[in-house]
This record gives sequence, structure tokens and C-alpha cells, in this order.
Amino acid sequence: MDGNVEDFTETDKSERAANMAEMIKVDCRNIDVFYDDKQAIFDISLAIQDRAVTSFIGPSGCGKSTFLRCMNRMNDTIESAKVTGKIFMDGADINDHSIDPVLLRSRVGMVFQKPNPFPKSIYDNIAYGPRIHGLAGSKSELDEIVESSLRKAGLWDEVKDRLPAPGTGLSGGQQQRLCIARAIAVSPEVILMDEPCSALDPIATARIEELIDELRERYCIVIVTHSMQQAARVSQRTAFFHLGKLVEYGDTERIFTNPEDTRTQDYITGRFG
Amino acid sequence: MNSPVPPSSEQGTFVTDAALKRLKKRHAAESRFKLYGQLAIGIAIVALVTLLASIFMQASSAFTRHVLTFDTTLEASYVTPEGERDPEKIARNVSGFNLLLQDELSDQFLPEDPGLSLQRELYGLFTRLAVLPLARKTADTPSNIGTQQSFSVALADDIDLYLKGGITRRKAVNLGQAGAVSGSMDDGFNITLGKAEPLQSALDKFREDEATPTALIQIGSTWFRMTGLDGNTASLEYIAGTPQAPVSGADVSGLALEQAQDNRTVTDRQIAWTMLLEDEGRVKSVPNTTLFTNSDSTYPELAGTAAAIVGSLLTMLVCAMLAIPVGIFAAVYLEEFAVKNRVTDLIEVNINNLAAVPSIVFGLLGAAVFINFMGLPRSVPLVGGLVLGLLVLPTVIIASRAALKSVPPSIRTAALGVGASKTQAVFHHVLPLAAPGILTGSIIGMARALGETAPLLLIGMVAFVAEVPDSPTDESTVLPVLIYKWSTGAERAWEPQTAAAIIVLLVFLVLMNLIAIILRRRFERRW
Ligand SMILES: Nc1ncnc2c1ncn2[C@@H]1O[C@H](COP(=O)(O)OP(=O)(O)OP(=O)(O)O)[C@@H](O)[C@H]1O
Ligand SMILES: [Mg+2]
Repeated sequence: MDGNVEDFTETDKSERAANMAEMIKVDCRNIDVFYDDKQAIFDISLAIQDRAVTSFIGPSGCGKSTFLRCMNRMNDTIESAKVTGKIFMDGADINDHSIDPVLLRSRVGMVFQKPNPFPKSIYDNIAYGPRIHGLAGSKSELDEIVESSLRKAGLWDEVKDRLPAPGTGLSGGQQQRLCIARAIAVSPEVILMDEPCSALDPIATARIEELIDELRERYCIVIVTHSMQQAARVSQRTAFFHLGKLVEYGDTERIFTNPEDTRTQDYITGRFG
Repeated sequence: MNSPVPPSSEQGTFVTDAALKRLKKRHAAESRFKLYGQLAIGIAIVALVTLLASIFMQASSAFTRHVLTFDTTLEASYVTPEGERDPEKIARNVSGFNLLLQDELSDQFLPEDPGLSLQRELYGLFTRLAVLPLARKTADTPSNIGTQQSFSVALADDIDLYLKGGITRRKAVNLGQAGAVSGSMDDGFNITLGKAEPLQSALDKFREDEATPTALIQIGSTWFRMTGLDGNTASLEYIAGTPQAPVSGADVSGLALEQAQDNRTVTDRQIAWTMLLEDEGRVKSVPNTTLFTNSDSTYPELAGTAAAIVGSLLTMLVCAMLAIPVGIFAAVYLEEFAVKNRVTDLIEVNINNLAAVPSIVFGLLGAAVFINFMGLPRSVPLVGGLVLGLLVLPTVIIASRAALKSVPPSIRTAALGVGASKTQAVFHHVLPLAAPGILTGSIIGMARALGETAPLLLIGMVAFVAEVPDSPTDESTVLPVLIYKWSTGAERAWEPQTAAAIIVLLVFLVLMNLIAIILRRRFERRW
């Protein structure tokens, strides 16, 4: 898959744009999610494009995080949660018995709302994933992965002199970028971000948004956000959720300028004031 | 957000009467609560200080003891009665070494034909086994036999206690110089004292307390018992020391004792002899190392905690090896892996209840299962450790679960998010973070086990153990049981001895807590 990334970055941008429509990375079909008896997601079908940023917006409690968690099977770790429906990644059913959720999660990285670095050194934070997946054969290879991940996350220059320092000692924004670097380090294909900027100040947010824009070149990114501006700025596709249902899904530009559903319109305009 | 609209008088200001009143009430409540808290802490501190002070005061006398040093030739006829220089036989030849000591004493203090009761009185300054260290020392270097050697032996507990100020109250007084002297060695003497007043008032003071006081009189190196005091004239009866009549002009000193000798465990003569030895500088107070080097004994002055300390350590080792790994794995499983259902709920409730089961029940269980059913030997640290391990297991589980629970869930999701398996998430991230809490809980559990007595009594760890155990399957006892046993000893000297053993136990507990604190700091600092 690394090879693919390299290939792709070298291809012509216009060609890429032309291919956009066919490049479906994750295809979710008829997803229902139940917490015990309470249904949180109602029959959502949604296809996510590769090498693009898809944003999920919607009022609090509408099921954005729940739906996001379906894509790397993090709902498996919630005892009361039950997911039905099918999700295909590159055509393979991720809920199939033959797919190990642990392996799936190495292909689908996740960044959480609150920065959650391991209480270990900056280096170990990044190196942990590659280590457990055996991605590095030697110490120097591992060093390389750590450096390139930190570079991609735009954190390298800030931390290169203090890699052995604890990751929890960084600022909130730096911690979040560390978490992104950690997710990148296992060379995932999809990165899920659940409100990655909600705990950050505008400058750190801008930094992360920039980063997301850069990462789009190589990864399929899904971001949950409460900020309309953010969704408009960073994403190419936007999905609007309401009460566990997918109300509208389409190109970001169209959703924000010309929403089809009144609920979408209300939500967007309400936010803008 | 519809907070009640304040009455117009209060609007826009805090300084209304009603508001002030409320404020005052609130402050009063706050300072009242603070006071309660300080009071509670005060009570706790006072209780602790009283406890420690009383133990240390009682124990203080056990940390030193009095020994007699004496030089003697190690006569082969005494030391090796059968002529063999077999170290084992020499080490066990207690009576031979006793004779050596007794000869030494009689030479100094007894007349030609003393009679049995006088001999017994003198020899009673030492217990039979006091010479055991001498015998062992000689057995180690048999080449010393026949040469002049210097030894020290422990005085018997009662006289030791007397020297430490116990047994009876006393007051030493100066009685000036002897005046006229009349009488004879056999019929007693009447002497005129330079000043009898201090002695009289000391005796009167003791009489006020309903005691039957007596007085001993020392003139030079001769001791008398005072049989009567009439004005300045005292009637004296020779008891010990150089048999010499008092001469007028000699310095006289007196020792008023609260109790006459019928009412105490040391006799007048024993006191006099000991004072004479002390004047010679041969009775000295030395640090009581016996307390740590010796094992249990029927004589308090020879009893030590060595065997119990080792027994406690071995028991703790077994206990820790059972309780800590099992406790941690059980906690990890219950907290991280087990599905929450009726069965796990039931297990949880049972574990919590188990932690509250009286420890003696675990003793019964141990006796029934380990000794009767599995046929393990009685009185051994192995069984003691297993019983205590079961006893503290629930504590370790509960503490470990609390520690695991306090690890933020975000760490787990972070680990799972980068593709770690559940086991990896737990062992790489959750456990290290919970380690300080788990360690603290485990060590506190161990500390509880260290202080447990009841269950160990039931599995026979109360046996008299004179040998330091060297494996968990050797008969042994533990510190708290030793304390219990010593506290039931009849002789007065067991009292300070018991307190001293309690201090040894407390030192161990403090050490364990210290280790807990240090480990916690170490682990916490790493992140
Ligand atoms: N672990 C859980 N157990 C039970 N119910 C849950 C759990 N997580 C979420 N829910 C419920 O599922 C619904 C969707 O929650 P979800 O967290 O997906 O919302 P969200 O869109 O991410 O909201 P927000 O924007 O506030 O993060 C909510 O009604 C919530 O109460
Ligand atoms: Mg959410």
C-alpha cells in the first residue's frame, strides 16, 4: 500500500480529479447501531472517497462519533453497542470474521477529540504502533518512521530535540498533532478524526487544518466537526447527520451553498447566525 | 436559566441585610466544618502519639540489659568433663559452664560452708541458660580451654529489671558518718548514724503508700539490713560483702526500699551482691543485641526475635507469591476482559464480602484444607503464607481493580486505535499506569498479613521455636504470634520484651510502607 501512495503522489493532479468519482475507499451500507435497545444510527448508507476529506456535521448526539467508530470497529470495544449492516473497505467486508479488528485498526487510524498521547516519551508514542505491527526491522528504520511521521504531522521541528521527553508534556495542539503522527506512523489508509480541534485554540486549529489538507494527498480522511467553517475549509465532501439519520451527503460546496434539505439549511444557517 | 429574580431591595448589590446574614451563616458553617476536621485529626494524632509513646516507654528497658563480666580460667575439668574436645558436647555442656560461673561467684561472696539456700540465692542472679553463649563460644575455639578468658553473662530478668528501676521503688540516702558501734557479727550491731532523718522520711513516705518498706545499709564493701531505727540508732544485721564490723567514723549510706523482700522477686542479698559487683564496675548495661540475634527462650533475658523475624519474612514471601500475582491477574481479568453479566457480578460481590471475612475463618480454612486435607506440615511458613495469601487476596484484587479503574479510558482507546490488541493495550499501557496503585494496595495487603495473628494460631504457628528456620517448610513462628506469646508470659520482664518485639514489628511495617511510597514515586515519575 505504501507503493500505491508513492505512485499516486506522482500522478497528475487533473487525472486524479477525473478519477475522483470512482475512487471509493469505504462503502457503508445500511448501517444500524444499537446501544442496548436504543438505536443510535438508522440505516445509513454512505460511500467515502479516497484521497479526500469527508466531514461529518450535525447536532450533538446525532450519531457522528458512533458512525465513525463503525469504520474501524471501535464499537466492538463498547460492550452495549451492536452494529448491523455492511462496510466494505476496498471491496472487503470489514465485519467479516476473517478480518481481525486489530489489523483493521492498523489500516484505519483514529484521532480522538481529546488529545490522548500515551504517558510515554514522544518517541515511544510514535514508535509504539510500528513496533507492535512489526513495521520496522531495525532501530534505524524505526527512527526513520518516527521522523517521517512527525514531519508529516508538522511536529518534527518543534520536538526533534526532545524526543525522549514525555508526550504529555506538550501543549494541547502539539499533543493533537502527536496523536495524528501516531496514527500516521502505522501507515494507515484511512484516518478518522473525531472533532480533532475541539480542544484547541484557533492557531493550533489552523495548524491542524493545514495538516489535514496536506494529508489529503495520501490518505482518505474522515473528520467529525462542529465547526461549519472548518468543514467548509478542509473537506471536499460533507455529510449532515440528524437524529441518527443521514440527511444529506454531497460535495461540500454544494451542501453549504445550496442544501437540498431544510434541516441542513437550518443547521448551517443557524450556526452561521 | 430562570434564576429567581431577587427582591428589588437586593437588586444590583450584595450588601443587603439578608445577603449578609446568609453570608455569615455560610462562613460559620465553613469554619465549623473546618473545626470538626481539625478535631478529628487531633484525636487521631493524640491516639497515635499515646500509643507509640506507651510502647516506646515500655520497651525502652528491653533495648539494654545488664551483664556481668568476669575473667576465668577455662578449666578443662569443668568445660569438658569427659575429656573430649568435641565442640558439640562443649556447646551443650551448660552445667559445666554454670559451675564455672558459680565457683567464681561463691569465691567472691560466700563463706566457707554457705548452705544450700544461700548458694541458691546467689546463683539465682543468673539463669541456667545464661552461660549458653559462653559454651558456644568455647566450642568454636576449643584451643582457649585451659587459658584465662574474659566473658560476659546476662543477669537474670528480675535483677535486670531491678537495676533498670523496676521491681520496687527505692531511694538512696547519705547517712553521714557512723558514731558509736556496739554488738557482734552474729547478734547484729547497733550504730549511731550521723544523720538518720533522710532515711526516716524516705521510709515514712513509703509507709504512707501502705507499703512495708525496708532499708539496706552499706558501710564500705559490707552490706547490712536495718532491722530497726530508734532515733539516731539503727540496728543492723549483716547480709553480704566483706564480713567486717562497722567502725565508727566510716561513711554510711542507706537504700530505702518500698517493699520488704518477702514482697518482691529479688532478695536483699541479691540486691547487695549486685550493688557490690556494680561498684566494682563488673555489672554493666549493654545494648540488648540478644533481642535480634536470639530465638525464643523460656527466659526473657535470653529470648530474641530472630526466628520470628525470619519466620515472618518467609511467610510474607509465600504470601506475596500467592496473593500478588493471583490478585493482579484476577483484577486485570475482571476489570479489563470479563463481560459484565450476572456471574461476574456475583464474583465481584463475593470478593468484596471475602475482604470482610474475619481473619480467623481463614485460619480454620487453612487448617482444614492445607493441613488436614492436603497433608502439609503444621507450624510452617508455607502454610502460614498460603493462609495469609488467601486472606489478603481480596484486598489486593480490590485495590488493583481500583487502580485499573483510575486509568483514563482514553489510554485504552488510544492503544486500540493504533491497532494494539486488548491484551497489548492492557499490558503495555494500562498496567504500567496502574502499577503504583496496585503496588500500594499489594503492600498494604502485605502489611496487614504481617500483623495477622489469629489465623496463624489455628495452623499451629504458635509452637515454641528455638531455631531460626531456613526454609518455608521448617517449623517457625512469626512476629505477631511471638508478641502474643510473650505478652502472656508470667515474669515481669516479658512486658518490656513484648513492647520491644512490637517495635520490631512496627519497624517492619514502616519499612514496608516506605517501600510502597518509594515505588509509587519511582513509577509515577517515569511518566
Ligand atoms: N457508549 C454508549 N452507550 C450508550 N449510548 C451511547 C454511547 N455512546 C453514544 N451513545 C448514544 O448514542 C447517540 C449518538 O452518540 P454519538 O456520540 O455518536 O453522538 P455525536 O454525534 O458524536 O455527538 P457529539 O457531537 O456531541 O459528539 C447519543 O444519543 C448517545 O447518547
Ligand atoms: Mg461525538
